[in-house]
Amino acid sequence: MTALLSVEHVTRRFGGVVALDDVSFEVPTGEIVGLIGPNGAGKTTAFNVITRLYRPDAGRVVLDGRNLLRTPAHRVVRRGIARTFQNVALWPSLTVIDNVRVGAAARSGGRTPLEVLEYVGLAGVAYRPAAGLPFGTLKRIELARALASGPRLLLLDEPAGGLNHEEVEELGRFVRGLREDFELTILLVEHHMNLVMGISDRVFVLNFGRRIAAGTPAEVQRDPAVIEAYLGDEHAAA
Amino acid sequence: MLAARTAIRVLGLALFVAVVVVVPSRISEFRASEFALIGIFFIAILGLNILTGYTGVISLGHGAFMAVGAYTTAILMLGRPGLEAGGLSPPDWLPVGDGMKDVYTIPIAALVAALAGALFGLPALRLSGPYLALATFGVAVATPSVIRKFDSVTGGSGGLNLFDSPNLTGAIFNAVHVPGGRTLTFNDWLYYLTWTIALALFVVAWLIHHSRLGRALRAIRDDEIAAVASGVGLAWHKTLAFSLSALYAGVAGSLLAMSAFSVQPGAFPVDRSIALLVGLAVGGLGSLVPLVAGAVFLVFLPQWAQDLSQAPGVPAVIYGAVLIGLMIVLPTGVGGLLRRVLGPLTSRLYPRSQ
Ligand SMILES: Nc1ncnc2c1ncn2[C@@H]1O[C@H](COP(=O)(O)OP(=O)(O)OP(=O)(O)O)[C@@H](O)[C@H]1O
Ligand SMILES: [Mg+2]
Repeated sequence: MTALLSVEHVTRRFGGVVALDDVSFEVPTGEIVGLIGPNGAGKTTAFNVITRLYRPDAGRVVLDGRNLLRTPAHRVVRRGIARTFQNVALWPSLTVIDNVRVGAAARSGGRTPLEVLEYVGLAGVAYRPAAGLPFGTLKRIELARALASGPRLLLLDEPAGGLNHEEVEELGRFVRGLREDFELTILLVEHHMNLVMGISDRVFVLNFGRRIAAGTPAEVQRDPAVIEAYLGDEHAAA
Repeated sequence: MLAARTAIRVLGLALFVAVVVVVPSRISEFRASEFALIGIFFIAILGLNILTGYTGVISLGHGAFMAVGAYTTAILMLGRPGLEAGGLSPPDWLPVGDGMKDVYTIPIAALVAALAGALFGLPALRLSGPYLALATFGVAVATPSVIRKFDSVTGGSGGLNLFDSPNLTGAIFNAVHVPGGRTLTFNDWLYYLTWTIALALFVVAWLIHHSRLGRALRAIRDDEIAAVASGVGLAWHKTLAFSLSALYAGVAGSLLAMSAFSVQPGAFPVDRSIALLVGLAVGGLGSLVPLVAGAVFLVFLPQWAQDLSQAPGVPAVIYGAVLIGLMIVLPTGVGGLLRRVLGPLTSRLYPRSQ
């Protein structure tokens, strides 16, 4: 197994909160890896550490055998890591295609911004401002922006947020297709268990900043610690 | 579709050029000097727009970069002989030259101001939002004193007089011979010079807006985190925006020195910096053509206020009241109004913002 990305003993605190507590996991080249856990488990924080928006208090992040923590945040995308944001972070006053063009500026060759928009089915709104488009469309623009940068590793933070049941199934097929069409490795954060378990090659589970389980989807689903974490979550919610 | 949009743009630009060319023959000479002043402010506002409109970084100190441009031009025009004739003693190491024709000093003034912008921007951009605005305000406040401090080359409070300088085009005979055998009055000459430069810098601003750089700057304005995650380096881009906008201010300052035949510290008070921001807001942040309206506002409103009443303090109150009213009626400036009124047909003419 060659890991494209490995997160090694990463800790990140916010005041008294330990958002990531000695967390390690690997993302092998060409796989879809699920990263799950209840709300506040530290999933988005992990993304922010990997993309260098947050500095870890301890630990290393290695991409392709090279320390990623020496790469400044705005250079991460040129090293081949692109992401989407849980709450959508687009530039509303730019047109849809200009949003994608900013992403595309990080790479040379590959699909053009318009081709990527066609791929995600948004060529029709290419010259409209991003402001005012529906949430699902915004999520796809964000994805197009990430794809346009020609990444090797794609980080998706809750891509199914706001989608209905059928759309989630559709999304599962779409993400698998992405991996083939763009030769990607994908790290997926998602609350929809069916989606994660259906398309992931392996899954890591976080709870309160700690890694509590790892394995194939089948193994993880049977893991008592995982069941406990999610049941506890439901009890708390009830 | 794309061709139609390009056609509209080219037509708009051609119309703009035509208006600029025709205006002098339609107005008295007195007005020509005011219309030149509008062009000067238009240039400065176009520059501030790159920083504040595109990038979202507020500067309350761009009058300082105008001062840098104005003094660069004045000092280079006089040169060492001129400065010494005026009783000044510029330090030996300072390359002030032997006197340079006014138009040749413009690109140098632009570069010096751009350098000043970069030098200020580099450390200052570590500050965020209101703190950065305060730092730029500090620069504006300090500008007159700093100029007075270096009086061996700036002439201190009295400033530098360019009226007698042989390097001031046409000042002595008040007539300028231009290629083709025509003769222009000084005011007409200044008007054409200013607006030629203004149109060129307008096109540059438009090109920046639609370039990769412009997209990156606008991305920073809309969402910094997303910009960084997409490969846009904040420090580099903000410093570049600062430097470019200072370059525009430097050109405006240079032309201002030529139009006033002189430079004084009193010509660059804090008000000057605030006025540029006012002009930008009136024209519309992120707009381009409508910024002319902001420049018109800056030149004419104080005069209209004077005409209404000469009582002490009253013109200032009128100015303030009109400004407040305007911001309530036109929160997105004239540019925003035009976009709403002219709607889908011409919306492509103006870059979208907000
Ligand atoms: N910038 C921040 N400042 C302070 N605390 C933070 C910050 N970012 C995250 N946290 C805290 O770190 C913990 C982990 O947050 P994180 O957003 O990583 O969780 P998550 O697993 O993505 O949750 P969700 O499923 O709700 O998105 C939470 O307690 C959160 O409040
Ligand atoms: Mg999250």
